[in-house]
Amino acid sequence: MATIAVIDYGMGNLRSVAKALEHVDDRSRIVVTHDPAEIRRADRVVLPGVGAIRECMAELRRLELDAVIHEVARNKPFLGVCLGMQALLTASEENGGMDALGVLPGQVRHFASGFADVGIAPPGKVPHMGWNQVRQARPHPLWQGIADHSWFYFVHSYFVPLLDDGLTAGVTHYGLDFTAVVARENIFATQFHPEKSQGAGLELLANFTRWNGTV
Amino acid sequence: MTLAKRIIPCLDVDEGRVVKGVKFLDIRDAGDPVEIARRYDQAGADEITFLDITASSDERETLVQVVEAVAAEVFMPLTVGGGIRTPADIRRMLNAGADKVGINTAAIHNPEFVREAAERFGSQCIVVAIDAKRVNGDDEPPRWEVFTHGGRRQTGIDAVEWARRMADLGAGEILLTSMDRDGTREGFDLALTRAVSDAVTIPVIASGGVGGLQHLVDGVVEGGADAVLAASIFHFGEYTVAEAKAFMAGQGVAVRRQEET
Repeated sequence: MATIAVIDYGMGNLRSVAKALEHVDDRSRIVVTHDPAEIRRADRVVLPGVGAIRECMAELRRLELDAVIHEVARNKPFLGVCLGMQALLTASEENGGMDALGVLPGQVRHFASGFADVGIAPPGKVPHMGWNQVRQARPHPLWQGIADHSWFYFVHSYFVPLLDDGLTAGVTHYGLDFTAVVARENIFATQFHPEKSQGAGLELLANFTRWNGTV
Repeated sequence: MTLAKRIIPCLDVDEGRVVKGVKFLDIRDAGDPVEIARRYDQAGADEITFLDITASSDERETLVQVVEAVAAEVFMPLTVGGGIRTPADIRRMLNAGADKVGINTAAIHNPEFVREAAERFGSQCIVVAIDAKRVNGDDEPPRWEVFTHGGRRQTGIDAVEWARRMADLGAGEILLTSMDRDGTREGFDLALTRAVSDAVTIPVIASGGVGGLQHLVDGVVEGGADAVLAASIFHFGEYTVAEAKAFMAGQGVAVRRQEET
């Protein structure tokens, strides 16, 4: 039986992802764990996350998960969600500026500074909270069966700008275009919460449970 | 492509059962939170809110089981309010599968609780619920105060100032209920909604008074709300969530409609 490890670093509602995976996949064993050995043994790995990047990085380092994440993100099908996506990038403006894991190149910015950069008034409230549409910037096995411009549930105050080299696999607009999905090789990471996005979200998770990590 | 305005059905839960009857067509058990949540999920609700009205704290543990059961089957954002007083209460609800918790009276007793909760669990999961009531006459510029105990106890706190302070302390969202309008079906208190929405940079959910679909539109367009909470118009089957969204879309409000996905 295949195993999917959901990395548990004690923040927020991490179990939602596990419950949603169990709902779409009865062939895999879903483990919520911070045991490096168990994460290394898993066939697929999910890095979920809500909350603040400082706490997130502090907990990942305290549990000595940063090295493990770098290791498994090299070859296993790897799904990052929300803060779990932002943590994969180089650095974040949050909490006065924080180095993140640096698995993928990219900076995480606050919406306020993003809007200021392009000289626009905020299009609405921050956090960007609720349902918005995602344009599929390029084909990907995890988009299979999901209509372009499907709605997904977001909640975040920091965002990832559009990235170079085709890393942006999904784009959403909130005053400005930002990266809703970053993907490279075996890594697919979403700013939105697939586990809270009803049909389209469950479809994406189901695709992940079948994905071999190639594109 | 834009952020949709949200429609949030609210369910009152007492000792683990939904009360104030939900009267959907052909529902088997109108008190079962899981079945009702599933139905709202299928109907296209954007989130769901459970408000625990259980009087005795001994029975509160049943709500944890309700949240667990709902979260195992319904994959949409879930907010739980009522009786949230300590970080342990929040942790328990988040672990059970809630995405956000509503804090009301505990914030009034100790505003720092909101800061502590936001720092620990993230602003995104801290909803401060404000029950507001107008405290001056119609011939004066309106002023509202925060009330507790179902609108019976006046706190002396200005509601708009309070919303601003809660946002500053780290609240991620304001659930604003007009106690003047709650249960009247006369529509939201739009002046109150607009005053709070303009005062804060975080999303505001309008609540209290919805009696028809135009009220939902008014809450968003005139009140400036980011989301609208309603109970009876959906529970009693007067309107479906899909009808509400079609109506709002027809009035130019951006909503998430399933046929577009």
